Amino acid sequence: MSSPQGSKPDAQGYRHDLRGYLTGFGLAVVLTVIPFALVAMGDTLDRATVIAVVAGLGVVQLFVHLRYFLHVDFSREEREKVYLLAFSALLLFLMAAGTIWVLVNMNTRMMGMG
Amino acid sequence: MSGASAIHAAPGLSYEAGHEHDHDAAGKALWGFWLFMMSDLILFGLFFATYATMLDPMSYAGGPTPRDLFELPGAALETAALLTSTLTFGLAALAVKYEQGRGRVLAWLGVTLALGLVFLGLEAREFAHMIAIGAVPQRSGFLSAFFGLVPLHGLHVTAGAIWLVILMVQIAGKGIDAGLTSRLARLALFWHFLDIIWIGIFSIVYLGGIV
Repeated sequence: MSSPQGSKPDAQGYRHDLRGYLTGFGLAVVLTVIPFALVAMGDTLDRATVIAVVAGLGVVQLFVHLRYFLHVDFSREEREKVYLLAFSALLLFLMAAGTIWVLVNMNTRMMGMG
Repeated sequence: MSGASAIHAAPGLSYEAGHEHDHDAAGKALWGFWLFMMSDLILFGLFFATYATMLDPMSYAGGPTPRDLFELPGAALETAALLTSTLTFGLAALAVKYEQGRGRVLAWLGVTLALGLVFLGLEAREFAHMIAIGAVPQRSGFLSAFFGLVPLHGLHVTAGAIWLVILMVQIAGKGIDAGLTSRLARLALFWHFLDIIWIGIFSIVYLGGIV
């Protein structure tokens, strides 16, 4: 920065922060490679199980990104952000689940007519 | 909402003490950007929901199915490019935070931009191929939903790349001041957010479509 005001680059802090990013990246790679590998194995595995595992690992990776890249945690300073995320997730759930529910239901009725 | 805490929570970026006013303004700006990202999240979420309702033989309308269209290697390459770019953006943020110099910040941002462009190039090639074989948005409900969701993400990445170029020009010209750090913190949030959306796309669209 243009005027450091005496704050020296802190080697220990840097290593700590760097480790955070690298940990997040390592976890994200593992959580990405596993679902791709499962799907690449193709028909040898049960389809429903693979879908469940892919979805589960996707959700885990979402939290890894929030924690290590967006630095959201459960500390006091971050509480408002956690509320924001939780409320947005609730709204999204209501709208997305509602959409899928209504449209799949309508789909089923149309099939009956055909 | 305390502005200072928001800045310390920004991806790897922080301010020096003694700029209380900047602290607050930057913190408020970042908080506002979080609110914007949440509205964007809802937008993407509803495109995902629409796509999910179109994963049904009736919605393929006799046209190509996800299995016909999607292949693992392409999706894996796109994922690798975007995921690595999120790490390199983090390294750029650390270079700002620990004052490692303008050159290093620009280098990491440059790598991030290059990876973003690789991602966009791969995606453009995929869309061009789909259009060439007649898998166009108007072919079926499924394809309309696909071309609503995935290019919307690509458009976001394009916007992020343009924003990144602008900030790199500003860094090269004026150096890294408080205002620039604040703008960089918002772009970092945007860029990391787009990688989170991509987790949903590769899980639902590509892996879910191929399995």
